[in-house]
Amino acid sequence: MNFPLPSLVAVSAANPWTYVLFAAIGFAFGYTLEMSGFGDSRKLAAQFYFTELTVLKVMFTAITVAMVLLFGAVGLGLLDFSQVWVNPTYLASGIVGGLIMGVGFIVGGFCPTTSLASASTGKIDGMLFMLGGFVGAFLFGETEKYFDGWYTNAGYFGRVTLDQVFGIHVGAVVVIVILMALFMFWGGEQLERIFGKKDLSREPKLRVAGAVALFAAAVTVLALGSPSLEEKYNKVKFTRTETIEQVNADPIVNTITYSADEMLANRLVFITPAEAFKAKYNQSMNPVYLDVRPEADYNLYHIEDAVNVPLEHLAEVIPVLLTEPPANTVFILMSNDETAAVKAWKVLVGSSVQNVYVLEGGVNNWIAFFGAEDKALQPRPNAGDDQLGYLFPAALGSRYESCSPNPIEYEKLEFEARIKLQLKRDKSGGGCG
Amino acid sequence: MTTQTGKSFFKRPEKNYVHPYFGGLVLGIVLFLAFFLTGNGLGSSGATSRLDAALVDAISPVHVDNNPYLLKMAGGDKNPLDDWIVPVFFGALLGGFASGFFNGRLKFMTTKGPNISDRTRWLMAFLGGVIFLYGARMARGCTSGQALSGGATLSAGSWVIMFAIFGGAYGVAYFVRKFWN
Repeated sequence: MNFPLPSLVAVSAANPWTYVLFAAIGFAFGYTLEMSGFGDSRKLAAQFYFTELTVLKVMFTAITVAMVLLFGAVGLGLLDFSQVWVNPTYLASGIVGGLIMGVGFIVGGFCPTTSLASASTGKIDGMLFMLGGFVGAFLFGETEKYFDGWYTNAGYFGRVTLDQVFGIHVGAVVVIVILMALFMFWGGEQLERIFGKKDLSREPKLRVAGAVALFAAAVTVLALGSPSLEEKYNKVKFTRTETIEQVNADPIVNTITYSADEMLANRLVFITPAEAFKAKYNQSMNPVYLDVRPEADYNLYHIEDAVNVPLEHLAEVIPVLLTEPPANTVFILMSNDETAAVKAWKVLVGSSVQNVYVLEGGVNNWIAFFGAEDKALQPRPNAGDDQLGYLFPAALGSRYESCSPNPIEYEKLEFEARIKLQLKRDKSGGGCG
Repeated sequence: MTTQTGKSFFKRPEKNYVHPYFGGLVLGIVLFLAFFLTGNGLGSSGATSRLDAALVDAISPVHVDNNPYLLKMAGGDKNPLDDWIVPVFFGALLGGFASGFFNGRLKFMTTKGPNISDRTRWLMAFLGGVIFLYGARMARGCTSGQALSGGATLSAGSWVIMFAIFGGAYGVAYFVRKFWN
């Protein structure tokens, strides 16, 4: 079985029981917060006067435990990390919003979820915090339009995790975070002793064993490593339906499951220039043309709207491709022929980018199809594999006529549609926002 | 350590809070299971704005259409409440209530510092809620959705937000100390 469960990646009215499961998760969440004392604002505020560091202890224990289990499950190949919601990074609005939240925290004595635990147990201040929260969220909705550009663009880095930022293995980050947390627990207890006059000798000894266990688990995660791109690529499955017409009966519809290599071998991911062109005018999809050739070739000639991402820089844009918001985004890869584009396809598919296709025959085939009558483009007979098969009088980029074929002239194009949208989930629906 | 101003409902004996590390361990397991089963973590502030959006949509759908932020949640035939975070929100309310019930902590009272009146505390709680949720929507998540869930998945932005929250609170704590001490 693959986790997360595909049927649960989003709730939907079509599957009412998904609501029940999410409500159960929320129930456990609220229960845990209340039993840890987070229904009492004094316990929360004490964090900021160093008298009682319950907030720090609960929060960082929860983060580290969840992190170790999560990356352990990823390392064992049980959990597909690309299907786990990772908050995209918006540095500017994150920092300003975080500072504002901090002020709200110490003024109000709660954070949103703890106010739920407080309000539901009859605490009047918790109820008022909740009420204030509705007003605050409403005010944000009303004022967001004044800084929409800043809110959506400033410091945007997409789906990026700490291991990518520091360029080290994720297991190493797990170990470092746990060492940091254990140090903070130790420091926090010292602060409680000094500021809160707490007698540490009465604390349970078991917590030392817990710390050792946590550290050992982190080292195990580091030792497990994470599945390589190739391992992930080999696990990817595609489903396609095949309809067989019957003479005197309803057609038979077969569902076939292909591996990624079978998709390539059966050429199910290669789309003709006609289909790639028509995708632009198809309301149901949002095509993104990724040109993986070297910049020099791209400057000589490229399809209108194509974005140049040379193959060696492809890994850098994957965080952005994984957060590309609309679920109907289709990525169309192209090189001069197919070799580089197929390599890029394998990398993207292994990284769980959805709806990735390759332009059949590459840019050369595009020119053969749309630019055959352009006298300026002369075939280059001695072109090798995946090299441009034409000679260009000038590096005009996308200003050749065939770069942007006239949609009226090419209104009727026959092709066998190979693009099958896989609407796994709308990533913008995840997370808190 | 809690000073009681009200009487517990159902007259159940009030139990102590669990040890913070134990609470954290359970919370961590809950958070992991949420990610493992559904791919989503925990959160709540998103539900607040979705409930707001549903209210605005019910009162004035035209206003939704003129507001890009609300439009994303409630535009056209979109139901702002059809999102995983809404059942999590109501589940958390119920879970908090259940824990309060089983541990004898259900009572009408105000949790506050020793030197302020109930009214001042109520005003500050309300104001704090306004400020917090404004910031939470700006940062696209609160202590749960960003610090906790994003922290566990090692999201770079979430870690920055987590430090910003602590920074903001520690930075202002001195100036509001008379509310708490």
